[in-house]
Amino acid sequence: MAEHYSSFDRSGRRWLLQRLTAVFLIGTLAFHFFLLHFVNHAAEIEFAGTQARMSEVGYFSLMVLFLVAATFHGVNGVYNALVNMGLEGTRKRVVGGVLAFSGVLLIAQGIRVAFAMAGVI
Amino acid sequence: MSETYNRGTVEDVGRWTEFSAGMWAWIFHKFTGWVLVGYLFTHIAVLSTATASDPTVYNQTLSGLESLLVVRILEVGLLAVAVFHILNGIRLLLVDLGIGLQAQDKSFYASLILTGAIAVASVPTFLAGAF
Ligand code: HEM
Ligand code: HEM
Repeated sequence: MAEHYSSFDRSGRRWLLQRLTAVFLIGTLAFHFFLLHFVNHAAEIEFAGTQARMSEVGYFSLMVLFLVAATFHGVNGVYNALVNMGLEGTRKRVVGGVLAFSGVLLIAQGIRVAFAMAGVI
Repeated sequence: MSETYNRGTVEDVGRWTEFSAGMWAWIFHKFTGWVLVGYLFTHIAVLSTATASDPTVYNQTLSGLESLLVVRILEVGLLAVAVFHILNGIRLLLVDLGIGLQAQDKSFYASLILTGAIAVASVPTFLAGAF
């Protein structure tokens, strides 16, 4: 069995960045689930707890990096899948632009909320 | 190493009965990836509307959501989706590094079984207090 399916062109930059963000996400996503479902049960999360966590510089930075990495990985994954399915030319540029824009918006909003949670704004 | 194949026919969903394990892995990985991005956008939107100057809004939004049985069940689903994407993703990273090329089928089945086991094991924690 040597067949191997991937949507990515293995020589590309998108491929490499997808792998690098994946490695980072393994740790952060597992940590996130563990912290907010098992250490703190999801049903018992209160603003005070969120604020306490987000007020720590380390946790805050980790969440922002997690946000950036997950957004990039997700949006890049979607874009790549569409290119892999044959998206080309103007439509490719438009879709790429829309996806990049949504990603930037999501990150900007995520960072705003993170500051609000930390009580900074 | 990758083999070249005719995408036009191999990826034709109508031929799903002929799919190999690798093909299923590819489809599941796509599906779980898309669910995760969708969740991420929703997640930030929910956290954004919940985070107001009055902390009771946040508490009420989250506890309101968590009191719904559907939400709890969807969360178990989300965990399963995330766990599969992580485990299969690690498998893909290793395959790309040339590790375990001979055991791709086995490692895919292992990812599936482990995902199932973790999802089942998490049910008590996830559903606690939902009834
Ligand atoms: C159902 C499971 C989940 C629960 C209960 C949950 C809960 C939360 C909570 C309460 C916060 C606020 C920070 C804190 O209290 O420490 C948060 C932040 C965050 N979550 Fe989740 N989360 C879940 C799943 C996910 C998943 C699957 C992802 C990735 C796709 C994700 C990505 C994020 C990000 C990026 C932040 C930071 C937000 C920001 O900086 O504005 N979460 N989550
Ligand atoms: C936690 C660790 C994660 C790992 C190890 C991982 C790994 C991977 C890998 C290796 C690929 C490329 C698959 C290919 O070659 O076709 C991929 C694709 C993808 N990932 Fe992840 N990922 C992780 C987390 C996430 C998260 C948090 C999201 C959502 C925000 C996400 C969304 C996607 C999407 C949308 C794709 C593209 C799927 C497609 O081809 O249609 N992943 N992931």
